[in-house]
Amino acid sequence: MADRHLEPDTPELRARWGNFAWTEANAAQAKVVVARYPEGRQRSAVMPLLDLAQRQVGAETNTQGWLPIPVMEYVASYLDMPIIRVVEVATFYTMYNLVPVGKFHVQVCGTTPCMLRGSDDLIAACHKRGMKAGHISADGLWSFTEVECMGNCASAPMVQINDDNYEDLTVERLDKVLDALARGETPKAGTQEPGRHTVEPAGALSNLTAMVGDNHDYRGEW
Amino acid sequence: MALQDKDRIFTNLYGYQPWNLDAARQRGDWDNTKALLEKGRDGIIQEIKDSGLRGRGGAGFPTGMKWSFMPKESRDGRPSFLVINADESEPGSCKDREILRHDPHKLIEGALVAGFAMGARAAYIYIRGEYIREAETMFAAVAEAYDAGLIGKNASGSGYDFDVFVHRGAGAYICGEETAMIESLEGKKGQPRLKPPFPAGAGLYGCPTTVNNVESIAVAPTILRRGAGWFASFGRENNKGTKLFQISGHVDRPCVVEEEMSISFRELIEKHCGGIRGGWDNLLAVIPGGSSVPLVPAAEIIDCPMDFDGLRALGSGLGTAAVIVMDKSTDIVRAISRLSYFYKHESCGQCTPCREGTGWMWRVMERMRTGDAAVEEIDMLYNVTKQVEGHTICALGDAAAWPIQGLIKHFRPEMERRIAAKAGALQEAAE
Repeated sequence: MADRHLEPDTPELRARWGNFAWTEANAAQAKVVVARYPEGRQRSAVMPLLDLAQRQVGAETNTQGWLPIPVMEYVASYLDMPIIRVVEVATFYTMYNLVPVGKFHVQVCGTTPCMLRGSDDLIAACHKRGMKAGHISADGLWSFTEVECMGNCASAPMVQINDDNYEDLTVERLDKVLDALARGETPKAGTQEPGRHTVEPAGALSNLTAMVGDNHDYRGEW
Repeated sequence: MALQDKDRIFTNLYGYQPWNLDAARQRGDWDNTKALLEKGRDGIIQEIKDSGLRGRGGAGFPTGMKWSFMPKESRDGRPSFLVINADESEPGSCKDREILRHDPHKLIEGALVAGFAMGARAAYIYIRGEYIREAETMFAAVAEAYDAGLIGKNASGSGYDFDVFVHRGAGAYICGEETAMIESLEGKKGQPRLKPPFPAGAGLYGCPTTVNNVESIAVAPTILRRGAGWFASFGRENNKGTKLFQISGHVDRPCVVEEEMSISFRELIEKHCGGIRGGWDNLLAVIPGGSSVPLVPAAEIIDCPMDFDGLRALGSGLGTAAVIVMDKSTDIVRAISRLSYFYKHESCGQCTPCREGTGWMWRVMERMRTGDAAVEEIDMLYNVTKQVEGHTICALGDAAAWPIQGLIKHFRPEMERRIAAKAGALQEAAE
């Protein structure tokens, strides 16, 4: 199991987050989410709503966001479920941040397929920039986690930073992405390999060549 | 014989073209879906059975048969559900992601066809939490399909009402296990349920439920359009069809590619990946089906047909066809130890053999990596894997045990060498 702990429930935490409530836009979104599940089964919405809450906390703190206990309580009362059931969910799934994080959460995949393609170097490069697990950099920009397989194995190694993946990385390419983010730019997501589109054999397309130029319909050849 | 482009199902696999409804229609998706549904529930299931399609999520259970387990009609008013497993988290697997982000309409049309065949009221597509952009695409594609009347009330003009919902997870490998996925969909921790009852009897919200992999569902409309015979013309007996292979690790060009089942490992690598890094002589071992299956040494796999039976004969498995290639520069003990860490991290903590065993196995594997162990401990480690295997509610315990068993079976001399080297170094230091 993953090692995780909750941020202590202190008076300061209560003072900061005790009045948490959906923004107008998120209140509307929360209704849309709950409507995806059958009546009386609104508890199914706890995962998407915790994600929504984390994003709202993120927007308010200019970080990726996290889940203070009072925010979990708000979600629990919104869905009419016991707070412990919400805490169970928040602590079980690793994408819920249980403690504050930086503006950019750099999640380097270190599982074997990425390891074989050089994720050790990426992790070392992050450490060299002062990132380490469980800490926020002094400038508030960076949090770091080594994560388990992210499902980008054919374009490994990769990192996920907040909502975007950066694939086919080398230390130089990673540094470029991180520098761009630090400058407030939006680097191109996806593969960083020049000339590669997504997960095709790079530089030597072995199949579906007709699809490159136009939206080919193969039915005529059936 | 090589698979031709015209016989590839996922023609927008690489995303050179837009995923949206107009583009998907131009490629042949949603083309008179009503006619597919007019084959009737039994007709569709029979066609899928005849095609020989086996589940693409790892276990390889015949898809048509799975659908036929669903109740023909509800006798107590409970609806039925289709749950589509897009919680792709098996190390090495990265195929469903390409379907979700580049060909989402194949999946939605498949959901309708499959849901209709099993009499389901709705489908839930459970996408792993880390596929954030992919889920955004899926939400948008579902909205397009609703707007066009393809799903929802009177779906595609068939008179059948069918809803499709997208649900994004939040980071838990175990939710790929079907009953854990159902628990998670119900808003709980994703801990697997005891079976029976099986999901087809009591699944999501206690209703009859079938859980299918993304690829199994997404290929269904094409099979129905082109006929079972077409699909069954690829691959060996009992291993029919086309399949998305995902090749990662030490090849010149890692990629995802749709190929014929039973293609040999050599042909797959030569044709699409530009060969092994450093040449064929440099190949050490391959994990052919995602992290859960035992590795296979180079000599055994090179001419093996890549299918369920071919790989089972080597003591491994096709799994999700996630082919992890390792050349001779690989620290093989570390590669497997890293997988042990993965299973330790992902154990849900419900069953003691798995919760305690995965941590224990990882710690011993780390000592095997450095050689800081006794030779007898190799057997002890093997015995512990046997105590975990088969003694847990779900297969995660097995999945954690098998890679280590494969390592001991094929690379025991390397493990012994490290232990001897370490002991020798200590001896020297003492003198």
